[in-house]
Amino acid sequence: MTVTIPALEYSDLRRLMDFQLGDEKHAPSATSTLDVIWVLYDRILRIKPDRTDDPDRDRFVLSKGHGPMAYYAVLAAKGFIDVETLRTFGRYDSPLGHHPDRNLVPGIEISSGSLGHGLGIAVGMALGLRARHSAARVFCLVGDAELDEGSNHEAIAFAGRVGLANMNVVAVDNRSSFYGWPGGIAARFALEGWSSATVDGRDHAALEQAFNLERDGRPHAVVAVVESKA
Amino acid sequence: MSGTMRDRFYGTAEELVDADERIAVVLADIGTGRMPDAERAHADRVINVGIREQLMVGVAAGLAMTGFRPIVHSFAPFAVERPFEMLKLDLGHNDVGAIVVSVGASYDTAVYGRTHQSPEDVTLLSALPGWRIYVPGHPTEADQLLRAAARTDERVYLRLSDQSNQLARPITPGRLHLERRGRDATVIATGPLLDAALEATADLDVTVLYMTTARPFDADTLRASLTGDLVVLVEPYLAGTSSAEVAMALADEPHRIAAIGVPNVEHRKYGTWQEHNAAHGLDARGIRARILRALSRTA
Repeated sequence: MTVTIPALEYSDLRRLMDFQLGDEKHAPSATSTLDVIWVLYDRILRIKPDRTDDPDRDRFVLSKGHGPMAYYAVLAAKGFIDVETLRTFGRYDSPLGHHPDRNLVPGIEISSGSLGHGLGIAVGMALGLRARHSAARVFCLVGDAELDEGSNHEAIAFAGRVGLANMNVVAVDNRSSFYGWPGGIAARFALEGWSSATVDGRDHAALEQAFNLERDGRPHAVVAVVESKA
Repeated sequence: MSGTMRDRFYGTAEELVDADERIAVVLADIGTGRMPDAERAHADRVINVGIREQLMVGVAAGLAMTGFRPIVHSFAPFAVERPFEMLKLDLGHNDVGAIVVSVGASYDTAVYGRTHQSPEDVTLLSALPGWRIYVPGHPTEADQLLRAAARTDERVYLRLSDQSNQLARPITPGRLHLERRGRDATVIATGPLLDAALEATADLDVTVLYMTTARPFDADTLRASLTGDLVVLVEPYLAGTSSAEVAMALADEPHRIAAIGVPNVEHRKYGTWQEHNAAHGLDARGIRARILRALSRTA
């Protein structure tokens, strides 16, 4: 795949998403994550499109995998994917499926789509980076409905107990969990020993500030609240 | 060196962790305290995630993605069945490797009942692409296969058992071992059932192949050693698990298959693995009866 560095901006993302047709089912998932993923790639993550194999790069893990149009748009804007490749979205031979595959796109850290897998893998990455004394961090995006999957809570509890300070979760909350999270999602993380913050998932400055909060040796969770899916 | 396959595993894993900084061990409570030196000296690479088997496999995948060679370990139902989708996706679909080392085999701890019995493990993993499945029949073989797996980045399942043959064989990972050459039929004896198969066929003129690598199946050696038209599969897990492999290997050869193994029924018996082997016809007497029956139908 040819990689170009197009130096596109946030204002280009909707156009880039429009190149990707055919996954209307997951369109709400895509738009709900757009600002969070943009802020991460624009302001937080220490990764470069020409160094996707750098062992000390930060890792972004799109756990839920659903609605990757926003993810692909940001990756294209930041030079990880050729913009023209977006037009192949979902085709038989395209590297860009309706759920991402790390083996087809350099820069995509995990193949995902089945809910409840990314957080466990991300914890393993954080443990591996910690064992190697790397300064790299892991950022894992989950959806509020994805948190219904019990496997997430295995990872949340464990990461909190072992003080996995290089581990970050951003939970995009568009109230799509069928039974919801009484008391708020952040409280679930806090109970397990995470530092946490809840912010407007469309407010770039607030997201940046939340990602950069001091976490006192604890893993860190940012709950990014966006419009209700309903 | 004495001890069960499981005893040897902990010692070797500890040695591997100490010798190779890529090796990491991920436990879900089972096996904690059995590698005390490594747990102390390499606490960052000997990780107990608690009783969280889905996380155990996910963590292994993440470790593999950051340059480690993870060894995952638990009882077979909790290493294979509970986190099966993690084995499929976190490791397989993401295309990273790990060594999954199970204990308990089909019913080594039969007294705990069905929850701790897993005669399905090899069948399940055989359904996933890219897995190398080792079924050693002796602690020395288990040790050899673990060390071989540690040198690769493959997805490996190492199935340890309390059952063992008296003597280790000079096995080669990936290959069937020619134990005995005969004229009337070909018996493929798997892992710890070799001794029973040899006793069962002591006075029979049959070729005996010894299988410690169940996948990928060694079709070449079977074809080169084929004797008569009858192939008898003796497997310590679900009967017929390797029948399709034999059929594909011999697609252009007239052949019959007698598949001896654990029946696919809902098991509701406790007791010992010896009692289960006897009940399922997996002791020497039962294996002999099945082979004689199959031979009697030979044209």
